[in-house]
Amino acid sequence: MRSRQAIALLALLGFFVALYLWLHQIGVGGELKCGTGGCDTVQASRWSHQLGLPVAFYGVAGYAVILAVAIAALQPSWLERRGPTFLLAALATGGVLFSVWLTYLELFVINAICRWCVTSAVIMALIWITATFAVFRRPSFPATRTDP
Amino acid sequence: MKRFYLMLGVLTLALGAMLVYLLKSNPSAPRAANTAPPAGTVVDDGFRGYTMGSDAAPVEVTEYGDFECPACAGFAVIQMPTIKEQLIATGKVRWRYRDYPLPMHPYSRLAAHAAQCGGEQGKFWEMHDQLYMNHSWAQTGKNPTGLFRDFARAAGLDVSRYDACLESGRYAARIEFSRQEGEQKLVNGTPTFYINGKMYTGRNNSDAFKAAIDSAAAARRK
Repeated sequence: MRSRQAIALLALLGFFVALYLWLHQIGVGGELKCGTGGCDTVQASRWSHQLGLPVAFYGVAGYAVILAVAIAALQPSWLERRGPTFLLAALATGGVLFSVWLTYLELFVINAICRWCVTSAVIMALIWITATFAVFRRPSFPATRTDP
Repeated sequence: MKRFYLMLGVLTLALGAMLVYLLKSNPSAPRAANTAPPAGTVVDDGFRGYTMGSDAAPVEVTEYGDFECPACAGFAVIQMPTIKEQLIATGKVRWRYRDYPLPMHPYSRLAAHAAQCGGEQGKFWEMHDQLYMNHSWAQTGKNPTGLFRDFARAAGLDVSRYDACLESGRYAARIEFSRQEGEQKLVNGTPTFYINGKMYTGRNNSDAFKAAIDSAAAARRK
């Protein structure tokens, strides 16, 4: 249960980070607050859109799905099932692979680092670690009850 | 469990408030750098544009350009490398860049100012190239101030000095003087070129330029 709660909180955080980047990409707000990073370079690069959609939109959608699954998995009827644990781990694996690819593009192709993108990648990595840990941890409750 | 949902609710509210703050507190483009100075304050500071090439070159080309203009960017990206290699580096031509910000472009004065701030640190052409080579900023309609700062960094500028320069808007009058000068010379669009002071009306490709420049050099020799 704790891992699902942690994943929900992290996904909420990631959702807002991705939402900020997406809103900037569709022209809401002005300059991206980025400190000394290269957020605008990354956001203006040709890699910032994939399959006709801003990359940040995939982030918004991805975090929203993870958040929804984590909250659903906390409902009493799902709490003892292992299915949501595997689903969260699968979603987090997809998310973390996508984040690794985007970080590679920033470092070696675009040659600029966007702090918000790094923040998102770190959040996704934490979700993946938590979800993977939950998969390999022994369930704290018996999978099937056998009465003597 | 109740405590968890309370925490989730509080976090949602806090992050939502932070998002609204980030979106609302975004600075607009530095106003002084992105607007024409008031009428009557434009004075001639003696500056006549940055040049590239030998002072002894027999031909001078003056380009009136607008950094936000797609045709200028196309010329800078496609034709200029050949012109640099075949005409400027060989000492045949000296190239002069003058600003001619067009009124329909919301950030062309800001871009011109960014290039002037680059020039202040001896890197006008590096900044010029950054602005033209990464021209996607001109198609988004979004405030490019942050992106220009990235360009400044990529051009090797001292970014804090660049920021101070842009914020001060100290070259706004110089840019407006250049535009007024272009207007007097009957510039009717960008890019417009003058070869040894005479308006060039040929095609904007390196072959046509080479022919026109050879012709201007021959005319000078006579």
